Amino acid sequence: MTTAIEVRIPTILRPYTKEQKVVAASGETLSAVIANLDVQYPGISERLLENGALRRFINLYVNDEDVRFLGGLEAPVKNGDSITILPAVAGG
Amino acid sequence: MTLKISQAHIDAILEQSCVEYPDEACGVILGPLGKDRALRLKPMINAAHSPTFYEFDPKDLLSLYREVDDNDEEIVVIYHSHTETEAYPSRTDIAYAGEPGAHYVLVSTREEIAPATEFRSYRIIDGVVTEEEVSISE
Repeated sequence: MTTAIEVRIPTILRPYTKEQKVVAASGETLSAVIANLDVQYPGISERLLENGALRRFINLYVNDEDVRFLGGLEAPVKNGDSITILPAVAGG
Repeated sequence: MTLKISQAHIDAILEQSCVEYPDEACGVILGPLGKDRALRLKPMINAAHSPTFYEFDPKDLLSLYREVDDNDEEIVVIYHSHTETEAYPSRTDIAYAGEPGAHYVLVSTREEIAPATEFRSYRIIDGVVTEEEVSISE
């Protein structure tokens, strides 16, 4: 199995990835990649998902495109793609 | 912890908050990675255009982080204004705070005290708010 999708991890989630800034994962959809990440770094998916949906205050990008415009969790990904996770900068 | 910041940056943030009133104003101050030095002010667009909410547009957010990475910088300060309430983090601010290394600056444009004079800084880590001293450099 190849693990050729690059995932960029924000500071706040690096405690899960042993402080690694970039990790590798596999999967054919964003959902599958998150599941794969959680196998490698247990607990990380809970920080990204809530009741099976993307958390409101997390932004995810596939190759610099906001996944909300790519089908959300069903967004297709392939080897060589780059996923970026960023915490929203927002508040009241 | 202490936020060290120039009077010029404070003035610029307060002025931006007045200009964008009644919407919340927001932005960041960047500095060299690992130095905790607030050097480069970068006002951001409040994509929510709201008096009670602010949010960096997701595209702007990605560009910002790319720029910070490319320049070997870090986000030293994340600031926004409260239009009618105290310059203290709201529940929403605390829920969203995703940069444990940043100084979260709140200013207020409320009228009942002299408008746009409140300027306060906080750490927000794992839902815990700690106010810190603001030390002004010239």
